[in-house]
Amino acid sequence: MNFKNFREYLAWLYYQYLLITGIYVLEPWEKSIFNSILFSAIAMVIYTSYVFVPIHVRLALEFVFGFFPPTVCPV
Amino acid sequence: FLIRLKKGKSQKIIQSKTAFFPLNCPISLKVVFLCVFVYNNMFVCLFFYICFSVFQVHLASCYGGLYGRPFIESFEETPMLVAVLTYMGYGILTIFGYLRDFLRHWQIEKCSIAREKENQKDFVPLYQDFENFYTRNLYMRIRDNWNRPICSVPGAKMDLMERTSRDYNWTFEYTDRVVQDVINLGSYNYLGFAENTGPCADSACEVTMKYGVGVTSTRQEIGNLDRHEEMEKLVAKFLGVESAMAFGMGFATNSMNIPALAGKGCLILSDELNHASLVLGARLSGSTIRVFKHNNMQSLEKLLREAIVHGQPRTHRPWKKILIVVEGIYSMEGSIVRLPEVIALKKRYRAYLYLDEAHSIGALGPKGRGVVDYFGLDPCDVDVMMGTFTKSFGAAGGYIAGKRELIEYLRSHSHSAVYATSMSPPVVEQIITSMKCIMGEDGTTIGCKRVRQLADNTVYFRKRLREMGFITYGNNDSPVVPMMLYMPAKIGAFGREMLKRNIGVVVVGFPATPIIESRARFCISAAHTKDMLDRALSVISEVGDLLQLKYSRHRIQPSPARPFDDNVYEDIDD
Repeated sequence: MNFKNFREYLAWLYYQYLLITGIYVLEPWEKSIFNSILFSAIAMVIYTSYVFVPIHVRLALEFVFGFFPPTVCPV
Repeated sequence: FLIRLKKGKSQKIIQSKTAFFPLNCPISLKVVFLCVFVYNNMFVCLFFYICFSVFQVHLASCYGGLYGRPFIESFEETPMLVAVLTYMGYGILTIFGYLRDFLRHWQIEKCSIAREKENQKDFVPLYQDFENFYTRNLYMRIRDNWNRPICSVPGAKMDLMERTSRDYNWTFEYTDRVVQDVINLGSYNYLGFAENTGPCADSACEVTMKYGVGVTSTRQEIGNLDRHEEMEKLVAKFLGVESAMAFGMGFATNSMNIPALAGKGCLILSDELNHASLVLGARLSGSTIRVFKHNNMQSLEKLLREAIVHGQPRTHRPWKKILIVVEGIYSMEGSIVRLPEVIALKKRYRAYLYLDEAHSIGALGPKGRGVVDYFGLDPCDVDVMMGTFTKSFGAAGGYIAGKRELIEYLRSHSHSAVYATSMSPPVVEQIITSMKCIMGEDGTTIGCKRVRQLADNTVYFRKRLREMGFITYGNNDSPVVPMMLYMPAKIGAFGREMLKRNIGVVVVGFPATPIIESRARFCISAAHTKDMLDRALSVISEVGDLLQLKYSRHRIQPSPARPFDDNVYEDIDD
């Protein structure tokens, strides 16, 4: 595919997203429901991983090495 | 550290890596590391397994004594990722379908579909079932791709009436504009006889002037015209058999004649992808039906052997008749029946063969005589030859041909012979003229040229599609070219994008195909010029890039030739 500009490329990517998820055939309000559910889920996943992953990593390292590496501690 | 472990291939490496953490670590810790290592390796193995096993082409080829030319059929496997995404798409659409049904049920939104009357609401529902769910919630959303009204001859090019919908395809409005010169890749117009000019149209016109259009009686009563008799003689001559008879509707030819041929105590062996008319006929006949895998002769032979060894269930009496029902070209897969092998099996096990040549008559073979001609076989080896006039001949109706006794029997026993109104004279005339043209009896070589043109077009079109990287199904010589789309949204998007670029295509989805194997089906015609095909191909390629349809991952390599000999089926065990 040849794209004239980045904007066109983004539009194409969004089109692929519509086609693969199948929401291409849905009505606009259904599309917005799907998008908002999906993006809020992703946002929550990112937020929780930001909050909890460092703690888990610290605990895991503690368990494995038996000492506390100071660089990994976020808090 | 874990990443480095992941790259490890054997336990040796893990031994050397243990130097990185304290040597005095407890044994339980080592076990944990081993588990992690094995776990990671499992994923790597799984990944390679998927890569190598999924992307294989299934190529069936046979260059044995029974086949005059290479018999190459390919059914490339669905890539795993595409299959997963397709199921995901259907899952999402199903969830939204349930949401909409919920809204309709509580009358939050208006319900436009057929539903039970208010005073019958406690009855067993008449309209609601799963396929209805599918129609309501998936088909409705992309309904604009089907039932488009055409306002010209559906030849190589056609004119479409433009229509729009304001309520997402529940109703359509015509804009009074016409989309001109849409290239038609959907009609079964294999030899291009769907025309409004030329000798066929002229003679049909003359006959209409003489006989009128309607006959208003059945063949047994006052509806048997001289043109009907002439047509049946011509059909028999065309096919090289003793006798033939014609019916007004192709579908009814199958569904009404199989019950006349088979009944209780008979066994019908049917290909799994047989057309609905054959399935309906087999069911109506009341005989036992067993289904063999699509075009799989081993499967057919196994069923035949079982039928002969065990006989009827419970009583173990021998079956009265065994009827093998196959099609010439399978319209959804584009595959050609392995007729030489079917005939060999039929002769060996003394079964009867019913061959439905709906798509193959006119479209296959050097002389256009269908699949029998394609393989260079004797038409007398096929007990019942059925075909339609709807496709290659550009008319309507169907025929049954075979031995004289068979036809005489059917004339008095078949429902569609006794009860159906006889065929309209202009239609009969169209069949006669086009058939004479194919046979060269009109003194021209037009028919012969068209048959050759169709074969060339087919090979060219299929080759180009494969080169572009699309997954196409079926035999290399079959003018029905299914191209895989897989995802539900792509069915709608493909049809719309193609029409936007002035190409009319047929897209096919769930009830007609397995749920993930949605496809576009192109039907090549002799009327397509090379320019038209090139234009269509470039548009298909463009849309294929836009929708990411070029799923094929490899070149096609024919498998080593498998010599055919009589003992090829001997080594089958149950």
